[in-house]
Amino acid sequence: MTTAALRNVRVDYARGPALGPVDLAVADGEVVALVGPSGCGKSTALRLLAGLEGPTAGEVIRAPGRGETAVVFQAPTLAPWLSARANVALPLELAGTGPADARRRADEALARVGLAGAEAARPATLSGGMAMRVSLARALVTEPRLLLLDEPFAALDEITRRALADDVLRLWAATRPAIVFVTHNVEEAVYMASRVVVLTRGPGRIAGEFGVEGPLPRPAAFRTEAGFRRTVEAVSAALAEGVAA
Amino acid sequence: MKRLGEVLAPLGLTAVLLAVWELACRTLEVPAYFLPPPSAVAVALADHLPVLVAAAWRTLSTALIALVVASLIAQALAILTALSPWLDRAIRPLASVVQVTPVIALAPLLLIWAGLDHPDRALVAMAVVVAFFPIFSGAVAGLRAADPDLERLFDLYGAKPWQRVRRLRLPAAVPFLLEGHKVGAGLALIGAVVAEFGAGSGGVSGLAWQIQDAGAKLQTARMIAALVVLGIMGVALHAALERLERAGLRWWRGR
Repeated sequence: MTTAALRNVRVDYARGPALGPVDLAVADGEVVALVGPSGCGKSTALRLLAGLEGPTAGEVIRAPGRGETAVVFQAPTLAPWLSARANVALPLELAGTGPADARRRADEALARVGLAGAEAARPATLSGGMAMRVSLARALVTEPRLLLLDEPFAALDEITRRALADDVLRLWAATRPAIVFVTHNVEEAVYMASRVVVLTRGPGRIAGEFGVEGPLPRPAAFRTEAGFRRTVEAVSAALAEGVAA
Repeated sequence: MKRLGEVLAPLGLTAVLLAVWELACRTLEVPAYFLPPPSAVAVALADHLPVLVAAAWRTLSTALIALVVASLIAQALAILTALSPWLDRAIRPLASVVQVTPVIALAPLLLIWAGLDHPDRALVAMAVVVAFFPIFSGAVAGLRAADPDLERLFDLYGAKPWQRVRRLRLPAAVPFLLEGHKVGAGLALIGAVVAEFGAGSGGVSGLAWQIQDAGAKLQTARMIAALVVLGIMGVALHAALERLERAGLRWWRGR
Protein backbone atom coordinates (compact mmCIF):
# COMPACT_ATOMS: atom_id res chain seq x y z
CA MET A 1 0.00 0.00 0.00
CA THR A 2 1.14 3.53 -0.77
CA THR A 3 1.34 5.91 2.18
CA ALA A 4 2.00 8.99 0.09
CA ALA A 5 2.93 9.79 -3.48
CA LEU A 6 3.77 12.64 -5.81
CA ARG A 7 2.39 12.09 -9.31
CA ASN A 8 4.02 14.20 -12.01
CA VAL A 9 4.22 17.02 -9.49
CA ARG A 10 5.68 20.43 -10.24
CA VAL A 11 6.05 23.38 -7.87
CA ASP A 12 6.74 26.94 -9.01
CA TYR A 13 7.33 29.75 -6.58
CA ALA A 14 7.20 33.44 -7.41
CA ARG A 15 10.98 33.43 -7.81
CA GLY A 16 10.87 30.55 -10.31
CA PRO A 17 10.43 26.78 -10.63
CA ALA A 18 11.36 24.94 -7.43
CA LEU A 19 10.67 21.27 -8.04
CA GLY A 20 9.88 18.75 -10.70
CA PRO A 21 8.24 17.33 -12.46
CA VAL A 22 8.79 14.32 -10.16
CA ASP A 23 7.11 11.01 -9.46
CA LEU A 24 7.74 9.55 -6.05
CA ALA A 25 5.79 6.91 -4.15
CA VAL A 26 6.37 5.90 -0.55
CA ALA A 27 5.06 2.49 0.53
CA ASP A 28 3.77 1.69 4.01
CA GLY A 29 6.65 1.13 6.39
CA GLU A 30 9.28 2.14 3.84
CA VAL A 31 12.25 4.35 4.76
CA VAL A 32 13.14 6.67 1.87
CA ALA A 33 16.02 9.15 1.79
CA LEU A 34 15.87 12.22 -0.44
CA VAL A 35 19.35 13.42 -1.38
CA GLY A 36 20.21 16.40 -3.52
CA PRO A 37 22.15 19.65 -3.71
CA SER A 38 20.98 22.77 -1.87
CA GLY A 39 17.97 24.41 -3.47
CA CYS A 40 16.89 21.29 -5.37
CA GLY A 41 13.42 21.29 -3.78
CA LYS A 42 13.93 18.51 -1.22
CA SER A 43 12.21 20.44 1.53
CA THR A 44 9.45 21.44 -0.87
CA ALA A 45 8.88 17.74 -1.69
CA LEU A 46 8.64 17.07 2.05
CA ARG A 47 6.11 19.83 2.61
CA LEU A 48 4.01 18.43 -0.27
CA LEU A 49 4.09 14.96 1.29
CA ALA A 50 3.09 16.51 4.63
CA GLY A 51 0.17 18.31 3.01
CA LEU A 52 1.53 21.65 4.25
CA GLU A 53 1.70 22.95 0.70
CA GLY A 54 -0.03 22.21 -2.62
CA PRO A 55 1.60 21.51 -6.00
CA THR A 56 1.47 23.93 -8.94
CA ALA A 57 0.71 20.99 -11.23
CA GLY A 58 0.28 17.25 -10.77
CA GLU A 59 -1.24 15.34 -7.92
CA VAL A 60 -0.28 14.60 -4.31
CA ILE A 61 -1.74 11.41 -2.84
CA ARG A 62 -1.83 11.11 0.93
CA ALA A 63 -3.29 8.12 2.78
CA PRO A 64 -2.69 9.34 6.36
CA GLY A 65 -5.60 11.17 7.97
CA ARG A 66 -5.35 14.24 10.14
CA GLY A 67 -2.82 13.84 12.92
CA GLU A 68 -1.23 10.80 11.27
CA THR A 69 1.65 12.74 9.72
CA ALA A 70 4.55 14.03 11.79
CA VAL A 71 7.44 16.30 10.80
CA VAL A 72 10.85 16.82 12.37
CA PHE A 73 12.62 19.96 11.20
CA GLN A 74 16.30 20.77 10.97
CA ALA A 75 16.12 22.75 14.21
CA PRO A 76 14.41 21.10 17.19
CA THR A 77 11.61 23.71 16.88
CA LEU A 78 10.52 23.41 20.50
CA ALA A 79 8.44 25.98 22.34
CA PRO A 80 10.95 27.56 24.77
CA TRP A 81 8.23 28.36 27.32
CA LEU A 82 7.19 24.71 27.67
CA SER A 83 8.92 21.82 29.43
CA ALA A 84 10.12 18.86 27.35
CA ARG A 85 7.03 16.98 28.51
CA ALA A 86 4.63 19.77 27.56
CA ASN A 87 6.31 20.11 24.16
CA VAL A 88 5.83 16.41 23.47
CA ALA A 89 2.26 16.42 24.80
CA LEU A 90 1.29 19.37 22.58
CA PRO A 91 0.21 17.43 19.44
CA LEU A 92 -1.93 15.14 21.60
CA GLU A 93 -3.56 18.05 23.40
CA LEU A 94 -4.26 19.86 20.13
CA ALA A 95 -6.03 16.70 18.96
CA GLY A 96 -8.20 16.72 22.09
CA THR A 97 -6.44 14.14 24.28
CA GLY A 98 -7.03 14.83 27.99
CA PRO A 99 -4.11 16.41 29.87
CA ALA A 100 -3.44 13.42 32.16
CA ASP A 101 -3.39 10.97 29.27
CA ALA A 102 -1.28 13.31 27.11
CA ARG A 103 1.20 13.72 29.93
CA ARG A 104 1.53 9.97 30.47
CA ARG A 105 2.06 9.30 26.76
CA ALA A 106 4.54 12.18 26.52
CA ASP A 107 6.58 10.70 29.37
CA GLU A 108 6.56 7.32 27.62
CA ALA A 109 7.69 8.90 24.35
CA LEU A 110 10.50 10.73 26.15
CA ALA A 111 11.58 7.48 27.79
CA ARG A 112 11.68 5.81 24.36
CA VAL A 113 14.14 8.43 23.08
CA GLY A 114 16.28 8.02 26.19
CA LEU A 115 15.16 11.16 27.99
CA ALA A 116 13.51 9.67 31.08
CA GLY A 117 14.26 12.10 33.89
CA ALA A 118 14.39 15.17 31.63
CA GLU A 119 10.60 15.59 31.44
CA ALA A 120 10.52 18.89 33.33
CA ALA A 121 13.58 20.42 31.62
CA ARG A 122 13.12 23.48 29.44
CA PRO A 123 14.57 23.39 25.90
CA ALA A 124 17.13 26.11 26.76
CA THR A 125 18.73 23.78 29.30
CA LEU A 126 19.07 20.85 26.87
CA SER A 127 22.00 20.08 24.54
CA GLY A 128 21.39 20.14 20.78
CA GLY A 129 21.18 16.35 20.63
CA MET A 130 18.78 16.17 23.57
CA ALA A 131 16.55 18.88 22.09
CA MET A 132 16.46 16.93 18.81
CA ARG A 133 15.41 13.83 20.76
CA VAL A 134 12.55 15.80 22.33
CA SER A 135 11.55 16.86 18.82
CA LEU A 136 11.64 13.21 17.75
CA ALA A 137 9.55 12.17 20.75
CA ARG A 138 6.99 14.85 19.84
CA ALA A 139 6.83 13.47 16.28
CA LEU A 140 6.40 9.89 17.47
CA VAL A 141 3.98 10.48 20.34
CA THR A 142 1.00 10.50 17.98
CA GLU A 143 2.16 7.18 16.42
CA PRO A 144 2.12 8.66 12.90
CA ARG A 145 1.73 6.59 9.72
CA LEU A 146 4.07 8.97 7.91
CA LEU A 147 7.15 10.53 9.49
CA LEU A 148 8.94 13.28 7.58
CA LEU A 149 12.41 14.42 8.61
CA ASP A 150 13.88 17.59 7.05
CA GLU A 151 17.67 17.40 7.53
CA PRO A 152 17.00 16.56 11.15
CA PHE A 153 20.60 16.06 12.28
CA ALA A 154 22.36 18.62 10.09
CA ALA A 155 23.26 20.86 13.02
CA LEU A 156 24.69 18.09 15.21
CA ASP A 157 28.16 16.64 15.60
CA GLU A 158 29.01 13.33 13.91
CA ILE A 159 28.77 11.14 17.03
CA THR A 160 25.37 12.53 18.07
CA ARG A 161 24.27 12.28 14.47
CA ARG A 162 25.04 8.59 14.23
CA ALA A 163 23.45 7.84 17.60
CA LEU A 164 20.27 9.62 16.50
CA ALA A 165 20.22 7.76 13.17
CA ASP A 166 20.25 4.48 15.11
CA ASP A 167 17.56 5.81 17.46
CA VAL A 168 15.29 6.69 14.54
CA LEU A 169 15.66 3.20 13.06
CA ARG A 170 15.08 1.53 16.43
CA LEU A 171 11.93 3.61 16.95
CA TRP A 172 10.85 2.90 13.39
CA ALA A 173 11.04 -0.84 14.09
CA ALA A 174 8.46 -0.50 16.89
CA THR A 175 5.54 0.93 14.87
CA ARG A 176 6.94 0.88 11.29
CA PRO A 177 5.70 4.22 9.99
CA ALA A 178 6.70 5.22 6.46
CA ILE A 179 9.66 7.58 6.76
CA VAL A 180 10.89 10.14 4.25
CA PHE A 181 13.95 12.07 5.26
CA VAL A 182 15.96 14.73 3.54
CA THR A 183 19.71 14.88 3.95
CA HIS A 184 22.89 16.25 2.36
CA ASN A 185 24.85 13.37 3.73
CA VAL A 186 25.11 10.39 1.35
CA GLU A 187 26.42 7.95 3.98
CA GLU A 188 23.61 8.86 6.33
CA ALA A 189 21.07 8.36 3.53
CA VAL A 190 22.40 4.91 2.63
CA TYR A 191 22.72 3.91 6.28
CA MET A 192 19.18 4.84 7.25
CA ALA A 193 17.09 4.22 4.16
CA SER A 194 15.87 1.16 2.31
CA ARG A 195 15.70 3.36 -0.79
CA VAL A 196 17.69 6.47 -1.70
CA VAL A 197 16.20 8.94 -4.18
CA VAL A 198 18.67 11.39 -5.73
CA LEU A 199 17.42 14.75 -7.01
CA THR A 200 19.15 16.97 -9.56
CA ARG A 201 19.93 20.59 -8.77
CA GLY A 202 16.89 22.86 -8.70
CA PRO A 203 14.24 22.63 -9.95
CA GLY A 204 14.88 19.06 -8.78
CA ARG A 205 14.03 16.06 -10.89
CA ILE A 206 14.82 12.49 -10.01
CA ALA A 207 18.38 11.70 -11.06
CA GLY A 208 18.33 8.12 -9.81
CA GLU A 209 16.94 5.69 -7.25
CA PHE A 210 18.98 3.16 -5.32
CA GLY A 211 17.69 0.27 -3.23
CA VAL A 212 19.81 -0.48 -0.17
CA GLU A 213 20.21 -4.16 0.73
CA GLY A 214 20.29 -5.29 4.32
CA PRO A 215 18.12 -5.31 7.40
CA LEU A 216 16.70 -2.27 9.20
CA PRO A 217 17.72 -1.28 11.86
CA ARG A 218 21.31 -1.71 10.70
CA PRO A 219 23.77 -4.19 12.25
CA ALA A 220 26.73 -2.61 14.03
CA ALA A 221 29.27 -3.18 11.24
CA PHE A 222 26.97 -2.06 8.43
CA ARG A 223 29.06 1.00 7.51
CA THR A 224 32.09 -1.22 6.83
CA GLU A 225 30.32 -3.68 4.51
CA ALA A 226 31.25 -3.72 0.83
CA GLY A 227 27.58 -3.36 -0.22
CA PHE A 228 27.25 -0.18 1.86
CA ARG A 229 30.40 1.33 0.33
CA ARG A 230 29.28 0.41 -3.20
CA THR A 231 25.86 2.03 -2.73
CA VAL A 232 27.46 5.16 -1.26
CA GLU A 233 29.73 5.39 -4.33
CA ALA A 234 26.80 4.91 -6.72
CA VAL A 235 24.65 7.52 -4.97
CA SER A 236 27.57 9.97 -4.87
CA ALA A 237 28.15 9.49 -8.60
CA ALA A 238 24.45 10.09 -9.38
CA LEU A 239 24.51 13.17 -7.16
CA ALA A 240 27.56 14.58 -8.97
CA GLU A 241 25.91 13.91 -12.34
CA GLY A 242 22.67 15.58 -11.17
CA VAL A 243 24.59 18.67 -10.07
CA ALA A 244 26.45 18.87 -13.39
CA ALA A 245 23.34 18.32 -15.54
CA MET B 1 34.96 47.39 42.65
CA LYS B 2 33.52 48.13 39.25
CA ARG B 3 29.97 48.06 40.60
CA LEU B 4 30.93 50.37 43.43
CA GLY B 5 32.29 52.79 40.83
CA GLU B 6 29.05 52.59 38.89
CA VAL B 7 27.20 53.79 41.97
CA LEU B 8 29.76 56.30 43.20
CA ALA B 9 30.45 58.10 39.91
CA PRO B 10 26.94 59.50 39.35
CA LEU B 11 26.55 60.22 43.07
CA GLY B 12 29.83 62.11 43.06
CA LEU B 13 28.83 64.20 40.07
CA THR B 14 25.47 64.95 41.67
CA ALA B 15 27.23 66.09 44.87
CA VAL B 16 29.55 68.37 42.89
CA LEU B 17 26.65 69.88 40.92
CA LEU B 18 24.64 70.47 44.10
CA ALA B 19 27.64 72.12 45.76
CA VAL B 20 28.18 74.42 42.76
CA TRP B 21 24.47 75.28 42.75
CA GLU B 22 24.47 76.02 46.49
CA LEU B 23 27.60 78.16 46.28
CA ALA B 24 26.36 80.04 43.23
CA CYS B 25 23.05 80.85 44.89
CA ARG B 26 24.79 82.19 47.99
CA THR B 27 27.61 84.17 46.40
CA LEU B 28 25.49 85.63 43.58
CA GLU B 29 22.56 86.23 45.93
CA VAL B 30 20.01 84.77 43.51
CA PRO B 31 16.46 85.52 44.68
CA ALA B 32 14.79 82.43 46.17
CA TYR B 33 11.70 82.69 43.96
CA PHE B 34 13.99 82.51 40.91
CA LEU B 35 16.33 79.72 41.97
CA PRO B 36 16.41 78.53 45.57
CA PRO B 37 19.59 76.74 46.72
CA PRO B 38 19.49 72.95 47.17
CA SER B 39 19.39 73.39 50.93
CA ALA B 40 16.12 75.32 50.60
CA VAL B 41 14.76 72.61 48.31
CA ALA B 42 15.72 70.01 50.92
CA VAL B 43 13.89 71.96 53.61
CA ALA B 44 10.83 72.29 51.36
CA LEU B 45 11.01 68.59 50.64
CA ALA B 46 11.13 67.73 54.34
CA ASP B 47 8.31 70.18 55.19
CA HIS B 48 5.97 68.98 52.48
CA LEU B 49 7.02 65.36 52.31
CA PRO B 50 3.69 63.79 53.41
CA VAL B 51 1.73 65.96 50.96
CA LEU B 52 4.18 65.31 48.13
CA VAL B 53 4.23 61.56 48.73
CA ALA B 54 0.43 61.46 48.81
CA ALA B 55 0.33 63.46 45.57
CA ALA B 56 2.94 61.17 44.02
CA TRP B 57 0.88 58.16 45.01
CA ARG B 58 -2.21 59.64 43.34
CA THR B 59 -0.25 60.26 40.13
CA LEU B 60 1.29 56.80 40.28
CA SER B 61 -2.04 55.09 40.89
CA THR B 62 -3.54 56.97 37.94
CA ALA B 63 -0.66 55.68 35.81
CA LEU B 64 -0.97 52.09 37.08
CA ILE B 65 -4.74 51.93 36.59
CA ALA B 66 -4.21 53.34 33.10
CA LEU B 67 -1.54 50.70 32.45
CA VAL B 68 -3.93 47.88 33.38
CA VAL B 69 -6.74 49.31 31.24
CA ALA B 70 -4.41 49.99 28.29
CA SER B 71 -2.94 46.51 28.63
CA LEU B 72 -6.34 44.82 28.47
CA ILE B 73 -7.57 46.88 25.51
CA ALA B 74 -4.28 46.64 23.58
CA GLN B 75 -3.95 42.88 24.01
CA ALA B 76 -7.59 42.20 23.18
CA LEU B 77 -7.31 44.23 19.98
CA ALA B 78 -3.96 42.65 19.07
CA ILE B 79 -5.48 39.18 19.49
CA LEU B 80 -8.35 40.17 17.19
CA THR B 81 -5.82 41.25 14.54
CA ALA B 82 -4.09 37.87 14.90
CA LEU B 83 -7.34 35.94 14.49
CA SER B 84 -8.43 37.53 11.23
CA PRO B 85 -6.56 39.39 8.47
CA TRP B 86 -9.71 41.40 7.86
CA LEU B 87 -9.82 42.67 11.43
CA ASP B 88 -6.08 43.30 11.19
CA ARG B 89 -6.59 45.65 8.24
CA ALA B 90 -9.49 47.33 10.02
CA ILE B 91 -7.88 47.85 13.43
CA ARG B 92 -4.25 48.76 12.74
CA PRO B 93 -4.73 52.15 11.01
CA LEU B 94 -7.16 53.23 13.74
CA ALA B 95 -4.65 52.26 16.41
CA SER B 96 -2.07 54.45 14.69
CA VAL B 97 -4.46 57.40 14.89
CA VAL B 98 -4.41 57.00 18.68
CA GLN B 99 -0.64 57.03 18.60
CA VAL B 100 -0.26 60.27 16.64
CA THR B 101 -2.91 62.22 18.57
CA PRO B 102 -1.27 64.46 21.21
CA VAL B 103 -2.93 63.49 24.48
CA ILE B 104 -3.09 67.07 25.72
CA ALA B 105 -5.41 67.91 22.81
CA LEU B 106 -7.84 65.30 24.06
CA ALA B 107 -7.94 66.68 27.59
CA PRO B 108 -10.89 69.10 27.23
CA LEU B 109 -13.01 66.49 25.46
CA LEU B 110 -12.22 63.74 27.94
CA LEU B 111 -12.93 66.09 30.85
CA ILE B 112 -16.38 66.79 29.45
CA TRP B 113 -17.04 63.11 28.93
CA ALA B 114 -15.81 62.10 32.38
CA GLY B 115 -18.04 64.74 33.95
CA LEU B 116 -17.09 67.51 36.35
CA ASP B 117 -17.39 65.18 39.34
CA HIS B 118 -14.90 62.64 38.00
CA PRO B 119 -11.81 64.40 36.62
CA ASP B 120 -9.81 61.39 37.85
CA ARG B 121 -11.48 59.28 35.17
CA ALA B 122 -10.39 61.72 32.49
CA LEU B 123 -6.81 61.50 33.82
CA VAL B 124 -6.86 57.71 33.58
CA ALA B 125 -8.32 57.90 30.09
CA MET B 126 -5.57 60.25 28.91
CA ALA B 127 -2.84 58.06 30.38
CA VAL B 128 -4.51 55.03 28.73
CA VAL B 129 -4.29 56.75 25.34
CA VAL B 130 -0.54 57.26 25.82
CA ALA B 131 0.21 53.80 27.24
CA PHE B 132 -1.90 51.95 24.67
CA PHE B 133 0.27 52.08 21.57
CA PRO B 134 3.56 50.52 22.70
CA ILE B 135 1.66 47.63 24.27
CA PHE B 136 -0.51 47.19 21.18
CA SER B 137 2.36 47.33 18.69
CA GLY B 138 4.46 45.00 20.88
CA ALA B 139 1.58 42.54 21.04
CA VAL B 140 0.93 42.75 17.30
CA ALA B 141 4.61 42.12 16.53
CA GLY B 142 4.86 39.37 19.16
CA LEU B 143 1.79 37.54 17.91
CA ARG B 144 3.51 37.26 14.53
CA ALA B 145 6.91 36.30 15.92
CA ALA B 146 6.32 32.60 16.54
CA ASP B 147 8.79 30.22 14.87
CA PRO B 148 7.38 29.56 11.35
CA ASP B 149 8.16 25.86 11.73
CA LEU B 150 6.13 25.77 14.95
CA GLU B 151 3.33 27.44 12.98
CA ARG B 152 3.67 24.63 10.40
CA LEU B 153 3.40 22.03 13.14
CA PHE B 154 0.18 23.68 14.29
CA ASP B 155 -1.04 23.48 10.66
CA LEU B 156 -0.05 19.83 10.56
CA TYR B 157 -1.91 19.00 13.76
CA GLY B 158 -4.99 20.87 12.56
CA ALA B 159 -4.99 23.45 15.35
CA LYS B 160 -8.06 25.70 15.48
CA PRO B 161 -7.46 29.48 15.29
CA TRP B 162 -8.10 29.97 18.99
CA GLN B 163 -5.79 27.06 19.92
CA ARG B 164 -3.10 28.62 17.78
CA VAL B 165 -3.44 31.99 19.51
CA ARG B 166 -3.62 30.59 23.03
CA ARG B 167 -1.01 27.84 22.79
CA LEU B 168 1.45 29.31 20.30
CA ARG B 169 1.16 32.98 19.43
CA LEU B 170 0.40 34.44 22.86
CA PRO B 171 3.17 32.56 24.67
CA ALA B 172 5.56 33.33 21.80
CA ALA B 173 4.67 37.00 22.21
CA VAL B 174 5.66 37.16 25.89
CA PRO B 175 9.06 38.86 25.38
CA PHE B 176 7.41 41.48 23.15
CA LEU B 177 4.60 41.96 25.67
CA LEU B 178 7.09 42.47 28.51
CA GLU B 179 8.94 45.11 26.51
CA GLY B 180 5.68 46.78 25.46
CA HIS B 181 4.45 46.95 29.05
CA LYS B 182 7.75 48.37 30.25
CA VAL B 183 7.60 51.19 27.70
CA GLY B 184 3.85 51.56 28.22
CA ALA B 185 4.19 51.94 31.99
CA GLY B 186 6.79 54.67 31.62
CA LEU B 187 4.55 56.48 29.15
CA ALA B 188 1.52 56.01 31.41
CA LEU B 189 3.33 57.93 34.14
CA ILE B 190 4.24 60.72 31.73
CA GLY B 191 0.68 60.62 30.42
CA ALA B 192 -0.73 60.93 33.93
CA VAL B 193 1.41 63.99 34.68
CA VAL B 194 0.59 65.63 31.35
CA ALA B 195 -3.09 64.86 31.93
CA GLU B 196 -2.96 66.52 35.34
CA PHE B 197 -1.56 69.64 33.74
CA GLY B 198 -4.27 69.49 31.12
CA ALA B 199 -7.00 69.00 33.69
CA GLY B 200 -5.97 72.04 35.70
CA SER B 201 -6.90 72.19 39.36
CA GLY B 202 -10.45 70.90 39.11
CA GLY B 203 -10.49 68.38 41.89
CA VAL B 204 -7.25 66.60 41.03
CA SER B 205 -4.29 66.76 43.33
CA GLY B 206 -1.42 64.77 41.86
CA LEU B 207 2.16 65.91 41.52
CA ALA B 208 1.48 68.12 38.53
CA TRP B 209 -1.06 70.03 40.57
CA GLN B 210 1.54 70.42 43.36
CA ILE B 211 3.97 71.85 40.80
CA GLN B 212 1.37 74.23 39.34
CA ASP B 213 0.14 75.31 42.78
CA ALA B 214 3.67 75.97 44.00
CA GLY B 215 4.40 77.88 40.81
CA ALA B 216 1.32 80.04 41.20
CA LYS B 217 2.44 80.95 44.73
CA LEU B 218 6.09 81.46 43.67
CA GLN B 219 7.11 78.71 46.12
CA THR B 220 9.92 77.67 43.82
CA ALA B 221 11.64 75.44 46.38
CA ARG B 222 8.43 73.45 46.84
CA MET B 223 8.07 73.22 43.08
CA ILE B 224 11.55 71.77 42.69
CA ALA B 225 10.89 69.43 45.63
CA ALA B 226 7.85 68.11 43.76
CA LEU B 227 10.00 67.63 40.66
CA VAL B 228 12.53 65.71 42.74
CA VAL B 229 9.79 63.40 43.99
CA LEU B 230 8.55 62.95 40.42
CA GLY B 231 12.07 62.11 39.23
CA ILE B 232 12.63 59.59 42.02
CA MET B 233 9.29 57.98 41.29
CA GLY B 234 10.12 57.71 37.59
CA VAL B 235 13.51 56.15 38.28
CA ALA B 236 12.02 53.70 40.78
CA LEU B 237 9.26 52.70 38.36
CA HIS B 238 11.75 52.18 35.56
CA ALA B 239 14.03 50.05 37.77
CA ALA B 240 11.09 47.95 38.98
CA LEU B 241 9.93 47.37 35.40
CA GLU B 242 13.42 46.41 34.25
CA ARG B 243 13.54 43.81 37.01
CA LEU B 244 10.08 42.53 36.19
CA GLU B 245 11.02 42.23 32.53
CA ARG B 246 14.21 40.32 33.29
CA ALA B 247 12.43 37.99 35.71
CA GLY B 248 9.64 37.45 33.17
CA LEU B 249 12.15 36.60 30.43
CA ARG B 250 14.00 34.19 32.71
CA TRP B 251 10.75 32.42 33.50
CA TRP B 252 9.80 32.33 29.82
CA ARG B 253 13.13 30.90 28.67
CA GLY B 254 13.35 28.55 31.62
CA ARG B 255 16.76 29.78 32.73
